[in-house]
Amino acid sequence: MATIVTTPTETGAGQPAAKPTRIYGLLAEFETPGDLMAAAEKCRDAGYRWWDCHTPFPVHGLDGAMGIKRTILPWLVFGAGATGTLAAFLLQAYTNSWNFPMWAGVWVHGYPFLISGKPAMSLPAFIPVMFELTILFSALATVKLMFLFNGLPLLYHPLFTSNRFRRASNDRFFIVIEARDPKFLPKRTEEFLKTLSPVSIETVQD
Amino acid sequence: MSTLSQDHSLGRMSDNTIDRPGERAPLVLNMDKFSEVTATVCRVNEADKAPFAWYVAFAAALGLLSVLGACIGYLILTGVGVWGLNNPVMWAYDITNFVFWVGIGHAGTLISAILFLFRQKWRTGINRFAEAMTIFAVICAGTFPGIHVGRVWFAYWLFPIPNQMEMWPQFRSPLLWDVFAVSTYFTVSLLFWYTGMVPDLATLRDRAKGKIQQMGYGLFSLGWRGSNRHWHRYERAYLILAALSTPLVLSVHSVVSFDFATSQLPGWHTTIFPPYFVAGAIFSGFAMVVTLAVPARELFGLKDLITLRHLDNMNKVILVTGCMVGYAYSMEFFIAWYSGAMYEKFAFINRAFGQYWWAYWIMVSCNVITPQLFWFKKIRTSIPLMFVLSIFVNVGMWFERFVIIVTSLANDFLPSSWDMFTPTWVDIGTMVGAFGLFFTLFLLFCRYLPMIAMAEVKAVMPQADPHGAGAGKHGHHGHGHAHSHDGHGH
Repeated sequence: MATIVTTPTETGAGQPAAKPTRIYGLLAEFETPGDLMAAAEKCRDAGYRWWDCHTPFPVHGLDGAMGIKRTILPWLVFGAGATGTLAAFLLQAYTNSWNFPMWAGVWVHGYPFLISGKPAMSLPAFIPVMFELTILFSALATVKLMFLFNGLPLLYHPLFTSNRFRRASNDRFFIVIEARDPKFLPKRTEEFLKTLSPVSIETVQD
Repeated sequence: MSTLSQDHSLGRMSDNTIDRPGERAPLVLNMDKFSEVTATVCRVNEADKAPFAWYVAFAAALGLLSVLGACIGYLILTGVGVWGLNNPVMWAYDITNFVFWVGIGHAGTLISAILFLFRQKWRTGINRFAEAMTIFAVICAGTFPGIHVGRVWFAYWLFPIPNQMEMWPQFRSPLLWDVFAVSTYFTVSLLFWYTGMVPDLATLRDRAKGKIQQMGYGLFSLGWRGSNRHWHRYERAYLILAALSTPLVLSVHSVVSFDFATSQLPGWHTTIFPPYFVAGAIFSGFAMVVTLAVPARELFGLKDLITLRHLDNMNKVILVTGCMVGYAYSMEFFIAWYSGAMYEKFAFINRAFGQYWWAYWIMVSCNVITPQLFWFKKIRTSIPLMFVLSIFVNVGMWFERFVIIVTSLANDFLPSSWDMFTPTWVDIGTMVGAFGLFFTLFLLFCRYLPMIAMAEVKAVMPQADPHGAGAGKHGHHGHGHAHSHDGHGH
């Protein structure tokens, strides 16, 4: 096992040490997905709640090891898709079949198109656009809601102050236990993290 | 630490196309560590200078792009009369190019979405730049309907925008379905591509040395920090996007084919068009991926990630879809005879032996005969041959669209209304210039964005499996299974 460091990396030698800093949390580094998985299971079983794993790629089975509940995202996407279908139908029905005025930025009027004697409400011809808007609304909702639920975009995060953490997007695996966790006690939590045999432990300032 | 199943004592591995029963062929060659994948991919973006060939290619692409700009400018200032269009041939190079480019895009979505749903892990090596190719191809495609409308400044009439004229688009027209299909396709492809790229942009951000790189990659990586709670939603979202893109990509070329199939014109009025167009699109798109992948992997040193097996697999897809296209050609002829419709019969005999016979036979030799060579493994795994053959396929697929569009229009029901189409220099300049737009965008992408989906490639390496090779030295975790820790999990 490599050395265990508890000093924050970013307080350079030139900075005055007097500035009181709040702790964001403790960062433990692991070498392989297997090590991380084993550690994550122990964190979960120890009853921590405000903690997370950071990995360069999604590790298969880690959701279970962390006890993450399944996201409700697909249900919301279904709602968005249904909205798209309905919106496309109403758009086409109004602009090509119905005939009443409506406020849409300006006063507009539907216009029942008469094309080759086909009925004004020709549902089969409306299907392709209904399909496309279903997909469009669903895809936009998927991406927007995914990033929204993840609290992104977020251009600053305390973890970015750690140089070691930069490898979280490269080849290392991290566990962070946040200071706001009710079970968090700097010394105790550090002792606990040590039992998980990480490569290093680091305190991250807020 | 664990190693891949390949034997390092034999030196560098380059051919992973051999199938050994009971063993998965490695998808990443000569790399044990995740950091090696990161370094190999990021090297392209982090190098101070691009390879010399990149500058040469970029200059050529910019040259062609300016030809496109000049031709479009001339067209807008003068009018669509500068093209060789006439009555009855009112669509020719413009729509040929449109269909050609939309088709090219389809391979990217097939690789990113359909192969993802089928759990084809080899897609990870090629999906990023195939998706990039999709986006750029759809940009090229979108240009043509935009400029062929005549009065370009009214192109926004395609969209149902409330206006004081109380004028609406006609939603029963397949041309309008096309507007919705292609713009949805572009938006969804862009979302898919960007979402997939966010973790890799974060990698580039974390490695960036310069201020500009840090800011640029920092901004576009949206603060991604690889949190597993985020990955959980991300993976769900990615799966949903794949599931949405799969029917979408099939619908797009189907809708494009409706532009023709819903008309009464002999040679267009066929029910086989939607599946036939989709197969052709995937066929041409994969050919374009091979055309791009072969030089890119040489130039940027990505041969261990885009391996010979990837190319071999793509050539197999070209073979399969090539057979489908060949089947569609023969079935069109059969139905023309079987239907007993004389106009239909004439249209097809005229295609093969009429005034555009040369275009038809270029199409058949490039699209039907060429891919059959891929039955031979020697040819499927030969870099120079596959490069040449993929270009043949691209040429053939351009001619397919030309043949469908122009021969049917030029000779319809009444001989008195027949006419020939001959392209003008503006037609040819616009067609060639579109390649400039495509390659300019593609070369910029290669230089500044991660060309290979690093996070996804790492996830399919044997070391990524927490229960197998990735279990590492402390590989004890409360599942109670016995794990092998000899480092050769496979």
